[in-house]
Amino acid sequence: MNPTLDKFLGGKQGAIGLAVLATLILVVFPLALDAFRLNMVGKYLTYAFVAVGLVLCWGYGGILSLGQGVFFGLGGYCMAMFLKLEASDPESTKIQSTPGIPDFMDWNQITELPLLWQPFHSFGFTLLAVIAVPVILALVIGVAMFKRRVGDVYFSIVTQAIALILTVLIIGQQGLTGGVNGITDLKTLMGWDIRDDSSKLILYFINAFLLFGCILIGRFILASKLGRLLMAMRDKEERVRFSGYDVASFKIFVFCVAAAFSAIGGAMFALQVGFMSPSFVGIVPSIEMVIFAAVGGRMSLLGAVYGALLVNYGKTYFSETFPELWLYLMGGLFIAVVMYFPNGIAGLWESHGRKWLGKLKRQSATPAKPVPVATVPAPNSQPRELESTP
Amino acid sequence: MDSRPSRFLPRRLALGAAALSLLAASVFSQMALADEANTTGLAVTDTEVTVGQLHSATGTMAISETGSIQAERLAIEQINASGGILGRQIKIIQEDGASDWPTFAEKAKKLLVGDKVAAVFGCWTSASRKAVLPVFEKENGLLYYPTFYEGLEQSKNVIYTGQEATQQILAGLDWIAKEKGAKTFYLIGSDYIWPRTSMKIARKHIENVLGGEVVGEEYYPLGNTQFGSLINKVKLKKPDVVFTAVVGGSNVAFYKQMKAAGVTSAKQTLLTLSVTEDELLGIGGENMEGFYASMKYFQSLDNPNNAAFVEAFKAKFGKDSVIGDVTQAAYLGPWLWKAAVEKAGSFDVDKVAAASPGIELTTAPEGYVKVHDNHHLWSKTRIGEVQKDGQFKVVFESDLIEPNPFPKGYQ
Repeated sequence: MNPTLDKFLGGKQGAIGLAVLATLILVVFPLALDAFRLNMVGKYLTYAFVAVGLVLCWGYGGILSLGQGVFFGLGGYCMAMFLKLEASDPESTKIQSTPGIPDFMDWNQITELPLLWQPFHSFGFTLLAVIAVPVILALVIGVAMFKRRVGDVYFSIVTQAIALILTVLIIGQQGLTGGVNGITDLKTLMGWDIRDDSSKLILYFINAFLLFGCILIGRFILASKLGRLLMAMRDKEERVRFSGYDVASFKIFVFCVAAAFSAIGGAMFALQVGFMSPSFVGIVPSIEMVIFAAVGGRMSLLGAVYGALLVNYGKTYFSETFPELWLYLMGGLFIAVVMYFPNGIAGLWESHGRKWLGKLKRQSATPAKPVPVATVPAPNSQPRELESTP
Repeated sequence: MDSRPSRFLPRRLALGAAALSLLAASVFSQMALADEANTTGLAVTDTEVTVGQLHSATGTMAISETGSIQAERLAIEQINASGGILGRQIKIIQEDGASDWPTFAEKAKKLLVGDKVAAVFGCWTSASRKAVLPVFEKENGLLYYPTFYEGLEQSKNVIYTGQEATQQILAGLDWIAKEKGAKTFYLIGSDYIWPRTSMKIARKHIENVLGGEVVGEEYYPLGNTQFGSLINKVKLKKPDVVFTAVVGGSNVAFYKQMKAAGVTSAKQTLLTLSVTEDELLGIGGENMEGFYASMKYFQSLDNPNNAAFVEAFKAKFGKDSVIGDVTQAAYLGPWLWKAAVEKAGSFDVDKVAAASPGIELTTAPEGYVKVHDNHHLWSKTRIGEVQKDGQFKVVFESDLIEPNPFPKGYQ
């Protein structure tokens, strides 16, 4: 196989895993689910962007960021600002004291569009800002932290503080941001109604392709020398530094990549759900996003997608079925994952699923002769190899 | 192998026949459903109508929204016991908004698109209402919203059973200016849309109508618990009235610190927009004794409707339960819906919404209410004085006030 292609696909194993996930997301879900449920899956998949980013920076880079909601939120807010401006044309806001500005600004006695909002009239600028704003912030945080060799738990705490600061800022500046309510009632994208079932379907596929794009970029990074350096840094940072590598730059790079992925997710969220609010920026949602990656398996890019899907589906299912009890059930699920499957779904697949598949293959190869029980290797007799195909 | 097709064929025939009859049955039942009471495919059968209930059963807002959940259930139970609506019993699907605005939007969509409910009783905070509003307008649902709120909104798909800001504020300010000769006011609120809009209206009214003066206006983040410097400023400025719209957990800290600093009703007049019997449970009546609240309903209202309501509520949810303004407004929702459906003779959202203006309720615990063309309620505003036992003594009752969500001269 072409070596560059191989890097993207991650070998035969990786290609099969990718194909399975692609079939699930691009074929099975759209055929099996109605428009409403499919839109919900689309929403779950926006969180998968964050989880994929976390696999890169936490699973491989060893940088546990508890503030990914910041980047998700910034991406989402940039997109929401563009959509809100479009929804606030003078005609549909003529009941306000100042028509033509977003409704929440009018409630806050603002009489003209603030300077910060002006450039978001342009879609091109918005697309640029969706990526650039979070990445620049990540760059500043990264340079400030990693160049000073702040790492581990201290870094996690700082990211958490940033999540809190940004939430307070957004809520406090409600004339500029919509405050606690967030930016709501988004209607059209360049005249295209994003609330229709048909446009939701299109957005779902755009979302899915962007997600696969991110996964492939992630694979490429991990398969390159950079990926191996990341793992080396995670395990023995000093050795890498003594070998002459600039450890901080690698960390900053992977942190920025994770921020960019999260921001794309945030922007797609604003498009598919139709609003953005500070409740995605704070500490709690940021930690939830880490849980997606943990449940899926923090060493597996594909696992992260399954994790985001599973946890969010669980949330929806439990809360619909047991509206009074569901938080306890979710809590129980997380505890169970951490205690019994520390490597998440992907780890479970590596340790049990693959073996089970192999057994199935062997059995079907010799169907006439039933395999005597004694010859089947006991699960524990083989050395546990947690081979990680990213 | 030879016998297989012959064995298979009758089975396929049988399957086909079954499928056909199923199809026919579903077509017929569709036709039976599509009588004039339901032409838009809502979840209405000949014996049952499904409605949704969408509040926070979990999270930080659960403590406030539980009263609304209970009141709506009580009302629906009573309606069912008295024969239902158009001969149909009401079935409730409850969803949890989890104090999280996106979840509210998701669940609203699920109720309207998935469950096809005929009406939804729900939401509490403005943020949750703002999150679900586009969903209700897009999917053409009907929401009964119980909380007093900032106004500046009017939707064909929402019936607002609480008061909008001018109803709650103006009568209260007029009363305190007349009764206490108040000229100077200190405005204090939590920092979000409802307090800010309320204070904007209050300031305009104080300055332009009452000829008074606002000597201070301050906002604190939601959940703030440090009010020391604010209380010092209040002591220094000595306003005739402290006018507050502090919400949630901040309330408890604010009033306890006021009392600890010696700012009690003996020295300071205070009027609040945000303390009901529910909040008083947390604050403690002794910490607020003698302060005033401006609301449309207090549990202590003395009329036969209210006596029956309080008794039924306590019989169902325990004798220690208290009933605040929003709980009563939530109780009105199902009754207003019933009246509108019966007037329209249909569950269709458009017809019910069109039939709603003009609906009167003489059995409301707060007395008499009437739905305005703008989907808000005509209601009276009362001033209650906090008692030690956590109840209010009603000291003033206004005339029926017209709802005016877009007040001219106050924006």
